[in-house]
Amino acid sequence: MMAGLDVYALAAAALIGLGFFGLIVQMHPLKRLLAVNVLGNGVFLALIVIARRLPGGPDPVPHAMVLTGIVIAVSATAFGLALVRRQARDEEGDDE
Amino acid sequence: MSDALLPLSVFVPLLAGVCVFLSGGGARSPVALSGVLLSLAISLLLVMAVGSQGTLDHALAGWEPPLGIRLHADGLAALMILLTAVVGALVSLHAVGQFAGKSEIANRFWTLWLLLWGSLNALFLSADLFNVYVTLELVTLAAIPLVLLAGSRQSVSASLNYLLLALFGSLLYLGGVALIYGMTGTLDLQLIGERLPAGGWPVGVATALIVAGLLVKAAIVPFHFWLPPAHGGAPAPVSALLSALVVKAAVYLLLRLWAGPLQLPLSAPWVAQLLGALGAAAIILGSIQAMRQPRLKLVVAYSTVAQLGYILLFFPLAVASAWQGAVYHGLAHGVAKAALFLAAGNMLYHLGHDRVAELRGMGRPLALSLGAFAIASVSIMGLPPSGGFIAKWLLLQSALEQGLWWIVATVLVGGLLAAGYVFRVMRYAFMEAHAGPSVDRAPTPAQPLMVWSALTLAVLSIVLGFTARPLLTLLGEIPLGGG
Repeated sequence: MMAGLDVYALAAAALIGLGFFGLIVQMHPLKRLLAVNVLGNGVFLALIVIARRLPGGPDPVPHAMVLTGIVIAVSATAFGLALVRRQARDEEGDDE
Repeated sequence: MSDALLPLSVFVPLLAGVCVFLSGGGARSPVALSGVLLSLAISLLLVMAVGSQGTLDHALAGWEPPLGIRLHADGLAALMILLTAVVGALVSLHAVGQFAGKSEIANRFWTLWLLLWGSLNALFLSADLFNVYVTLELVTLAAIPLVLLAGSRQSVSASLNYLLLALFGSLLYLGGVALIYGMTGTLDLQLIGERLPAGGWPVGVATALIVAGLLVKAAIVPFHFWLPPAHGGAPAPVSALLSALVVKAAVYLLLRLWAGPLQLPLSAPWVAQLLGALGAAAIILGSIQAMRQPRLKLVVAYSTVAQLGYILLFFPLAVASAWQGAVYHGLAHGVAKAALFLAAGNMLYHLGHDRVAELRGMGRPLALSLGAFAIASVSIMGLPPSGGFIAKWLLLQSALEQGLWWIVATVLVGGLLAAGYVFRVMRYAFMEAHAGPSVDRAPTPAQPLMVWSALTLAVLSIVLGFTARPLLTLLGEIPLGGG
């Protein structure tokens, strides 16, 4: 069992922090969508770290959760990107 | 045998949604209508089975947890499934009229709504924390495109904000789930309650993340700002579904987690007080905002922000009558709010606008829709005899018993404020106007289906004032002590 901090836990914390910061500070929808994805990857990495630290070695259940989470994140991001594009087109229409 | 109803209640609407999409029918698509009927029938059978046999369990494909997915139906889940089925079926009737002649939009509506119905049922039946996450995302991803059906520019930015916040909320929730799995090694709602350590900061952080994530999804003050533009801008049947069912799903999860795994951390005095205070703030702020809105649908949307607060008042009370009151409030609000949104939608459909100050002279052309609005408002204000009255009475009773005067005051003031925003609408709507109501275009009378579905929901919100006993019997005892 790993003790103390390891590089993966630190990376997870950094990603979560960065994503959270980006979501609050950024105004552009595309950047906010990216920030949510960074935050999501941080949470996924945290799940992997937790799986590694559980007694009895790497636990497969959090890995399955991360895989499902990635599928959901991909579909939600695709939908978000479509919305961003539609919003941008609406705004272009205003300029003409 | 009857436990087969659990997977059916999830997969029949989901499959029907896919079939509608593939068959491409319009507002009166026989595929969609039979999908709605079938889903309604299965939901009612499931509720009756829970009523006669108690809780039902089903392990999907015979795989037991932790590998498999367990569906679990108790009284609380059954009541939510009943609410979804009844509101959903009547809103579907309204949609047949609302989307008549717009077959492309109608097709998208049926597809998304049936997918949403299946996802909601799956959420209510989920028995583990991770399935709750997946079903929450399914609900979100089915609900947001529905907002876009309005086709307006505002709805695109409202949807985008809704999506970003919803994703943020569910990631917070998932972070909490990860911590809980790290502590207990299980996701099962029952087992977590037994294995969770009694204290310590990891439990606190996990609870905070999960609760914060759900509060964002439930649009509780201070996370309410995304709701009014999204709910107010969507087509009427969509607004009704979102306000009556979708936000209710997140609040339902708070109750479900209190009833199961997180009773101990959620019962800590300051956590319970904080949740109650947020509920009280939602009631007051939401009602005041509702009074100031220039457009009718925004009045109704802010009223949702306020009414959701009542359910959170359960946490500081935490006794049997408050449990019943909170759940009954969920039912009463769902039915009444759907009626309000459909009635408001009929006025918008007729007049081409829903500016409150110009609603005068509607007596004759829109008498039935206005009547539905008025009847449903009785329940929203919490006047007898209505479902809203029973719910608020139960909450008030338990607050009085425990001497929690700030809750008593909040419930009473909340009722007065609700009367304020309802009567503001009535005052304009019932005013005489010799030239008839002001319109933005040639008036298009709402179709009978649209009028009668709104009126039926409004009458049901009153009927709920007389059916408390059987429904609360179905709900069962307050689950104290976890598990």
